[in-house]
Amino acid sequence: MDNSVVSLMLDSFWKILKPGLQMTIPLTLLSFAFALVIATVTALVQEAKIPVLRQLARFYIWVIRGTPLLVQLFVVFYGLPSLGILIEPFPAAVLVFSINEGAYSAETIRAAIESVPRGQLEAGECVGMSWLQTMWRIILPQALRTAFPTLFNSLISMVKDTSLAANITVTEMFMQTQRIVARTYEPLVLYIEVGIIYLLMCTILTKVQAWGEKKLNARGYQRSAA
Amino acid sequence: MTTILKFNDIRKSFGELDVLKGIGLEVNKGDVVAILGPSGSGKTTLLRGLNFLERADSGSIVFDGVQYDAAKATKKEIRALRMKTAFVFQNYNLFANKTAVENVMEGLVTARRVRKEEAKAKALETLEKVGMLDWANHYPIQLSGGQQQRVAIARAIATDPDIIFFDEPTSALDPELTGEVLSVMKTLAQEGMTMLVVTHEMKFARQVATRTVFMENGVIVEEGPTKEVFEHPREKRTQEFINRMEMDDF
Repeated sequence: MDNSVVSLMLDSFWKILKPGLQMTIPLTLLSFAFALVIATVTALVQEAKIPVLRQLARFYIWVIRGTPLLVQLFVVFYGLPSLGILIEPFPAAVLVFSINEGAYSAETIRAAIESVPRGQLEAGECVGMSWLQTMWRIILPQALRTAFPTLFNSLISMVKDTSLAANITVTEMFMQTQRIVARTYEPLVLYIEVGIIYLLMCTILTKVQAWGEKKLNARGYQRSAA
Repeated sequence: MTTILKFNDIRKSFGELDVLKGIGLEVNKGDVVAILGPSGSGKTTLLRGLNFLERADSGSIVFDGVQYDAAKATKKEIRALRMKTAFVFQNYNLFANKTAVENVMEGLVTARRVRKEEAKAKALETLEKVGMLDWANHYPIQLSGGQQQRVAIARAIATDPDIIFFDEPTSALDPELTGEVLSVMKTLAQEGMTMLVVTHEMKFARQVATRTVFMENGVIVEEGPTKEVFEHPREKRTQEFINRMEMDDF
């Protein structure tokens, strides 16, 4: 590798990483946190078999999973203004990523809830707890343990999917890289570099996942046999 | 003797199959009622129906002086009834994410708003009673079946229920583990706990139950003081069932 490549990479490293720390990571974490809330509520509504809400939940999942994330971003950012709804780029991205991931994770969580033996729900109700109390204190913690690896998978996916936010003018890592490429005409080096930074972030998350699973197992949260 | 539980004409069918064809019984305080009968006779469905784990199609339940419609009781009514009853399952159904002591505390702290320290003291006391104090901080997965069932019994008695329903509490256990569970149940019976026990343990029924009910094909065939039912059954079917079951014990 000649020196100019190395110095270009070193020069641009911080310039690309900075929006990564300021945009990509907050965008991912905020969106994923909201997505988990949406997903849990959506899963519970279906489990509780509340008539109208349940159909709404199915409809939401159907629409979101059946349309491209990029299209959803465009509808919210470029489409809604014609209805007079203007949302800043960053909040618009958080909104779309949360709603999108919420639909996928809702299914993950619902499946995990259904994997917890029903008898524990009956036992909870028999000691006088309400359905919601039993769900919240007994079933969900076990379901989340089961869902943990899949949810983490989604989180890792989302880190990379945030690059789509460049299309709605969020200055995250990928857009920043495009800007530097426009100035330096070094697409190969710079796009590989940004790829490496994504890879680094995801590697850290993979480590966090392994650590988290170990912690959860130590607390007796094993997939129960009974 | 005061009546604690009385039910009338409980009916339930699953599709074409009539599982309960009008069952009624009166249970007095302190009674230990053994419900015997071949598989498929409706014993478990009856027990689950009395606690609304299963909805009966019709019938009425009077528990502790309050009348419930077995088919149409509201959520609120059901919860009120469950606050004063307890249920012990065939496969224990302990909360897998909670330790033994937490399992016992749950009904006190979450359902009855008892203060944590108070609930913990009570939980440890009941765990001691079932001989599981040394295992208080173990998770269910770390316990044997017999130990899990004893914790489940501790969970049931911690809330001071007026009656405990036992649904084949030893059927999922290895033979060498049934003894420890039955002896805990025997102690409870001696202390005057009202119990409704669906079981295949003939020896337990004979020794511990004050009354015995024999069910077959969704009806009560015979019911009376245990000694009478076992030694002088009025019905031929009861006699045959008892002979067959006690033969298996040898």
